[in-house]
Amino acid sequence: MPKRTDIHKILLIGSGPIIIGQACEFDYSGTQACRSLRAEGYEVVLVNSNPATIMTDPMTADKVYLQELTPASIKQIVEKERPDAVLPTMGGQTGLNIADQLHQQGYWEEQGIAVIGVDIEAIHITEDRQLFRDLMERIGVDQARSRVAKSLLEAKEVTQELGGLPVVIRPSFTMGGAGGGIVWSHEEFDRKITRGLEISPVHEVLIEESVFGWKEFELELLRDSNDNVIIICSIENLDPMGVHTGDSVTVAPAQTLTDKQYQHMRDTAIKMMRSIGTFAGGCNVQFGVNPADGRMIAIEINPRVSRSSALASKATGYPIAKVAARLAVGYTLDELPNDVTGTTSACFEPAIDYVVTKIPRWNFEKFEGVDEELTTQMKAVGEVMAIGRTFPESLQKAWQSLEIGYAGLGADREDADRFEVRDRLKKPYWDRTLQIRNALKLGASVEEVYDVTKVDPWFLYQIHDIVKLEEKIRNHRLADLDAAFLFHVKQYGFSDVQIAFLVQDDVTEDEVRAHRKKLGLKPAFQLVDTCAGEFPAQTPYYYSAYETANESDVSDRKKIIILGSGPNRIGQGIEFDYSCVHGVQATKDMGFEAIMINCNPETVSTDFDVADKLYFEPVFWERVLDIIEHEKPEGIIVQLGGQTALKLAQRLVDNDVHIFGTPFEMMDLAEDRGKFSNILKELEIPFPPYGMAHNPYDAVNVAERIGYPILVRPNYVLGGQGMRIAINKEEVEMYVTNILKLMPGNNILLDLFLEDSIEIDCDAVRDGDEVWISGIMQHIEPAGVHSGDSTAVLPPYSLSDTVITTIRRYVTEIANRLEVIGLINVQLVVKDEIVYVIEANPRASRTVPFVAKATGIPVARIATQVMLGEKLATFRARGDLDSTLVGYAIKEPVFSWDKFPEVPKELGPEMRSTGEAIAFVETLTDEHFRRPYEMRNLYLSR
Amino acid sequence: MHRTPAPLHPCKLALADGTVVSGTAIGARGEAGGELCFNTSMTGYQEIMTDPSYHGQIMMMTYPHIGNYGAMDIDTEAARPMVAGLVVRSFTFRYSNQMADESFESFMERHKLVGISGIDTRRLVRHIRMKGVMNAVVSSVDLDDESLIEKARSWPSMDGLELASKVTVAEPYDYCTGDGARIAVYDFGCKLNILRSFRERGCAVRIFPGHTALTDVLAWNPDGLFFSNGPGDPRAMPEAIAMAREAMGRGLPIFGICLGHQLMALAQGFDVYKMFVGHRGANQPVKNLVTGHVEVTTQNHGFAVDPASVEAAQAEVTHLNLNDQTVEGLRFKTFAGMSVQYHPEASPGPHDSRYLFDQFLRLIAENDGVAVREVVEVAR
Repeated sequence: MPKRTDIHKILLIGSGPIIIGQACEFDYSGTQACRSLRAEGYEVVLVNSNPATIMTDPMTADKVYLQELTPASIKQIVEKERPDAVLPTMGGQTGLNIADQLHQQGYWEEQGIAVIGVDIEAIHITEDRQLFRDLMERIGVDQARSRVAKSLLEAKEVTQELGGLPVVIRPSFTMGGAGGGIVWSHEEFDRKITRGLEISPVHEVLIEESVFGWKEFELELLRDSNDNVIIICSIENLDPMGVHTGDSVTVAPAQTLTDKQYQHMRDTAIKMMRSIGTFAGGCNVQFGVNPADGRMIAIEINPRVSRSSALASKATGYPIAKVAARLAVGYTLDELPNDVTGTTSACFEPAIDYVVTKIPRWNFEKFEGVDEELTTQMKAVGEVMAIGRTFPESLQKAWQSLEIGYAGLGADREDADRFEVRDRLKKPYWDRTLQIRNALKLGASVEEVYDVTKVDPWFLYQIHDIVKLEEKIRNHRLADLDAAFLFHVKQYGFSDVQIAFLVQDDVTEDEVRAHRKKLGLKPAFQLVDTCAGEFPAQTPYYYSAYETANESDVSDRKKIIILGSGPNRIGQGIEFDYSCVHGVQATKDMGFEAIMINCNPETVSTDFDVADKLYFEPVFWERVLDIIEHEKPEGIIVQLGGQTALKLAQRLVDNDVHIFGTPFEMMDLAEDRGKFSNILKELEIPFPPYGMAHNPYDAVNVAERIGYPILVRPNYVLGGQGMRIAINKEEVEMYVTNILKLMPGNNILLDLFLEDSIEIDCDAVRDGDEVWISGIMQHIEPAGVHSGDSTAVLPPYSLSDTVITTIRRYVTEIANRLEVIGLINVQLVVKDEIVYVIEANPRASRTVPFVAKATGIPVARIATQVMLGEKLATFRARGDLDSTLVGYAIKEPVFSWDKFPEVPKELGPEMRSTGEAIAFVETLTDEHFRRPYEMRNLYLSR
Repeated sequence: MHRTPAPLHPCKLALADGTVVSGTAIGARGEAGGELCFNTSMTGYQEIMTDPSYHGQIMMMTYPHIGNYGAMDIDTEAARPMVAGLVVRSFTFRYSNQMADESFESFMERHKLVGISGIDTRRLVRHIRMKGVMNAVVSSVDLDDESLIEKARSWPSMDGLELASKVTVAEPYDYCTGDGARIAVYDFGCKLNILRSFRERGCAVRIFPGHTALTDVLAWNPDGLFFSNGPGDPRAMPEAIAMAREAMGRGLPIFGICLGHQLMALAQGFDVYKMFVGHRGANQPVKNLVTGHVEVTTQNHGFAVDPASVEAAQAEVTHLNLNDQTVEGLRFKTFAGMSVQYHPEASPGPHDSRYLFDQFLRLIAENDGVAVREVVEVAR
């Protein structure tokens, strides 16, 4: 069936601010959907309150409403835009819930608006545990035995009926598994049940037989209006049941199922999808398999694109959201081409000839007192994906992608002791694969590790193979590693850093690299083609592997590599991906071949049709340099990818690789507090008195000299990690000790904290001739709350003209002095009409997309073009620098406190928000301003 | 499960075009030659190794980890492995699955199946994709490149090769008795799951060797005839084609799968050609032109029916491959017959096409069985 011609205008509902459990994967899916619907000739109206997204760019949709997501706001838009249809499946649970609320009111029907991509009646079945259960029973699908309880008393009865503890609890209608978990003991039973009942909007909790330790699988499905169903990808969770899939290490495709087991799962998934209505679109189904007898049960079904479908898209190359959007408007799968091959049909099931590993990324260090045990409630804030030809290769690459200082699966530092390993293995923690490696290394058997972890032995054997190879490397000196053996080692994903650590002689990573290259060993870039090589493919989507044939042909065009920002984490999230995508587009606009390197499957930047060429690789020195040596680009853009990219700048310069934009020495200078303060002195710009220390003793001396309250923080971190405000020397000593425990060897910065002052964020672009201030944001909360956690108002709402002029002057002078080419962000505080500069970051900041959305100016794109030689005057002459803002734009931080009930809700110098929303207000009497203003001191802590 | 892998033993794979790659031996030590082809299924290696249609071929699996879940009785499609050899990227010596009887390595050793691991299979797949399938030799006993290339070159080509007689049963036997339709299976290398599919539907199934005279088959009073899958070039099977042609005039419903489908087409005078690469995998999209539905199918064929040769008066194309528009199914007009190029019995692969067995049984039910039996009486 061709596309529907009875609809012309489609309303797409986004997912709102990033929270744990619902992150930037919905920017990826929404953006794909918007693009493909527009390509089909539909007019797309988008509503989303998250400014840090590509989907809310004017180029993505015909009309973008940056507005909060409530039934009332949707109604307003509908009344104005009169769409013919609404597509709610691209905006996560938020989008679905709103569409459902309006459906309950009969709104869509009354307005004559078609709900496409989902069977709205079916949403309840999938979200309501009891309805789902009943349906599964009706269609003959096995599931865990369970019952719903509406009170603590009933919960006790149900538990008894199921054979006692442990049991799993799942509150109905909560997102990301909020409030769910395993109850092991009677002590925690009352507390957890009560909380579950409270958190559920309908105050009911499902109590389930424990399938803890069972194997867990997911399938990603697509269905069209002709009822054709295909499976895009199977995913096996390395972490068995009991850990939320968003917190699990997952592997694609499934590794340990026989064909008969897999087909049974496939049949069941299809049956389940068909049982929840007749919609056309994407769907995710989760299963548990009892390792003892192979019994398979259905866990849940999500009738929409999800985090897993983003992963499945990146893992297979199959653009799920793009195809799902087209299916929603009436196309059938057989009418659509496979965009990857260009010659075959989209109606097929991808075959892959590599292994994909996803590892989540957590930010526990930001939440004091947090329970780090992984449970059925998601706690991760981001994830990395790595592709290798084998599981060991992809697992090691995933560890290299995480950016937590590891050069692979361990083997790059002294090993943890036996007691620590034993302790860590008992429960699922974030570093489980590493602890498995440690245990095997210490001599534990696969059987012992299995008994404790219930991780399928297949994965354990594979990790054991890595460990055995590690031992072999230890017997060699670097010079003794011959080509055949080193090639074998590299095929297991070992980085040069690990090899340098393992060999007997004392060598550096660079020496390993030199030796390796002398032996002629370098990675071969392989194509992600959806078909295991069966057909030629056209999409330029590559990964590295140690194989014998390179598939990534180097063009004769001038090329530029843009380094991505890696996994999302608090302080470095989707905002940087936003800037990267704009950087890529600007690079293309300037006539260069734009090459993207990134390892985050949730992002738009890792879509194969964004850059001219995509390397889905760790933003890890060795891998990046391998690509640079292969592509020989004109240079690299490091300004856009946050600290991830910036961290590599020094080594790029050392290797004579050109960096576009601000010279490296200047970026480095800005990071060096001492040198930067000298510049401020030289420019006669005030800054709070500061000092530096390497140990608690020095720190106390500095603090006593400067005075209190004093801001204590480690050098070179993003998002205020470890930052505290101390009011006496005991606190200084304690904070410094804590920081050094977490980050040994780090410099400690101490700044006088200016109490009751106003904090300012200023973004600017410099082109060598002039500085353009793109936005000045005044925080509502007093200084002391991390800028990422503050409510920021653009333009400032209470600063005098003199102060604003001073801010502009300081920022201009600093940008000039730092010879910035491209972006700079300066943080300032104002106290008693005096402006102090706190820090300057000559790179894309978290606020770039907010400023862009607020003013309607594509700041990141302009800045990139400036880096590549364009002048601001050109943009100004075209009117590109004219703001469209009327009134004020407010950036509202959004937190995920509900995921960490044990952590007190408080704001301080350490960033804790996971996302943000934007609100446009005409006057300061608006609720969006008044509410945070009145509460500005409420959660202030130190 | 706790077996320590044997020490690595060198092994080589040589292609007829002179390509030689080295790896380590898996399974039995020895040497084997055949047409090197690849399969893109990510599961079901044991079913593939034991599929008689692969008789004499060296199978290269595109999925890198093979052997993950060991080997087990229920995953077998014939009494023994049928492929000549196995080529993989990263063989799994230590498997994990509750249902497994043994490791896949021990299965291979037990059945004297040779294989090679540690090969850049993707490179070879792309090589074949561009140059077409070709013969190869895998060996852990002869490691001399020149000698191996020569062996690969002199290995008989699959083109024009009759292989069904090597895998068919020696004597007729009853696979199952049932109250349902009586299905006579012409065995050219029939996969067990086809037989299981008939059994599940209550049929009585008797297997006949591929060379059995039609009259002997009809003497069993079947309600329907089934022409099985199998290896080799159907054009090299004139007797089977003649038999099929004769059978088509007996008023008996006939169903053909894969080689059986090709034989039926040839019997109607249509052309069959050897494909450049062939279809081997479990993800091939096939559109049923009658219902408009798409099935994800298992395929394993290197020959195909030429659509231009299909006479509209004799047959209609009912199924089409969405990737390359090749003929995937026929419905015959001059008799009650249907055939598909792909494998509705799956194993391995998706179950989307199992309805074809029901469709065949309906064809039988609609057919006037009595008339057929009278014909048989006359023939006697």
